[in-house]
Amino acid sequence: MAAKSIISRPVYGTLSPQPGKHHLFVADAEGALAITDLAAKAPDGFFADAHIIFIPGNEGQHVAALEALKPAQLYQGPTFASALPRLKQTLANAHMGLRLYLAGTEGLIGQAMQAALEAGIDHTSIQTEHRGSLARRVQCVHCKGITENVTTQPATCSHCGLLLLVRDHYSRRLAAFQGVCINAEDRSEIPPTEEIFR
Amino acid sequence: MSTGTTKLDVVVSDVVPVNELVTRFHFRRRDGQLLPTFSGGAHVVVEMRDGERTRLNPYSLMGSPLDTREYTISVRRDDAGRGGSLFMHRHVRRGHEMVISYPVNLFSLDLRARKHLMLAGGIGITPFMAQTAQLAADGGNFELHYTCRTASLGTYADLLRQRYERRVRLYHDDRDERIELDRLLSSQPLGTHLYVCGPSGMIGWVCDRAAALGWPAETVHFEHFAAPQPGAPFDVTLAVSGKTIRVGEQQSLLEAIEAAGVDPPYLCRGGVCGQCETNVIAHDGNFIHNDHWLSEEEHRSCKKIMPCVSRFEGRSLVLER
Ligand code: FES
Repeated sequence: MAAKSIISRPVYGTLSPQPGKHHLFVADAEGALAITDLAAKAPDGFFADAHIIFIPGNEGQHVAALEALKPAQLYQGPTFASALPRLKQTLANAHMGLRLYLAGTEGLIGQAMQAALEAGIDHTSIQTEHRGSLARRVQCVHCKGITENVTTQPATCSHCGLLLLVRDHYSRRLAAFQGVCINAEDRSEIPPTEEIFR
Repeated sequence: MSTGTTKLDVVVSDVVPVNELVTRFHFRRRDGQLLPTFSGGAHVVVEMRDGERTRLNPYSLMGSPLDTREYTISVRRDDAGRGGSLFMHRHVRRGHEMVISYPVNLFSLDLRARKHLMLAGGIGITPFMAQTAQLAADGGNFELHYTCRTASLGTYADLLRQRYERRVRLYHDDRDERIELDRLLSSQPLGTHLYVCGPSGMIGWVCDRAAALGWPAETVHFEHFAAPQPGAPFDVTLAVSGKTIRVGEQQSLLEAIEAAGVDPPYLCRGGVCGQCETNVIAHDGNFIHNDHWLSEEEHRSCKKIMPCVSRFEGRSLVLER
């Protein structure tokens, strides 16, 4: 779990079953394990009103574990982008009583939360749990391009190529951390790259 | 007055009977200036000089927040109450000079909401008068469900129907009309916020159903104007100010402290805002906690009390103040 450092840095919890009429889960990779852990604490019949949107990733693990929960719907998408229209559609048609649970990487949680906020859900009423990779979604403050799955410090912006210091400053609106040029004074100065957001 | 509240010198510019129980009072500033701006759901505390006693009662502002030339409140006469509403009905006339607090809002609209679902019971309609006026002016999305005992006691029901037509639904107890609460709550679009004001039984019912049906606590707002409950008189010592005072049967602890010349903070005088929280230094007896502010654990710990609504039964009580 990510440590709390500065105020804008999101803090994640542990999923727990909430009272509600419908339950919508969005998870990637190991986020599935947060759902199965919740299932152990959930009342009988909880998943009969549940809809799971799952992005298993390259390894394609944990699908069977989710199927075993017998949710009303289980959707699998290759990427978050491909699942987004379905998430938006579900939220647009939803009524009060729908509860939202997000589990997995920060990039997934942040982007799903962004869609939920647009649909009128308050971020404090969303359940989140961080699982799996610490890879970050980073916005380059110079070109505004977003680079996904950043694991190193510094990182190269995939849009403009600047070498970025990945800050802990997080924007809920963009669902991304801020990346600031690390060698603006002298581009020939290249600090060593370390892999730290695994 | 107190923390967060400052006084306004006003004159009663009109007194209008609304129905057999409710009278409306209009206030203007004595110096002719505009009154402070407020937002829908705000209340003021009205000071009443009733002989030797000063009564302080909170009332919701019911006028449009867009018009600050005057404030209006509606007072429901409570013949069995502690006398504040009777004083307003019997003694306050046009031209009376009074003192009221600055507006305080403990029941404000959450303007991030996509839709505002409002449930009123009886005189609980007053904060919604201002809130609907505020929302209607900005094209806000709202729906108001209003229950009253009989059509003639449906204070402002006709006016609301006329102003907002189908956005207002009325329910009359004498015709056995009941809100179909579960259906209403479950059919609201995502992003709806719920507001309830009325008798405490209604607030409890609505909040419980909303929680059970999956409404997050952040989306449920309620306003509770609990008058302090009467009870057996008791004595209390105030450690800091070094006073020992008696709290009368009909008096709240807060009122007794004020009458003793101490100026404690308050905002709601109804046990919900937390302003009047006071430390208990010593006690021998039982607390009767009537507030909605302290947690159950805090109630059990006997280390804190909310003097605006809570009482004590027993031999001795020492509070900080
Ligand atoms: S004055 Fe608000 S809780 Fe006592």
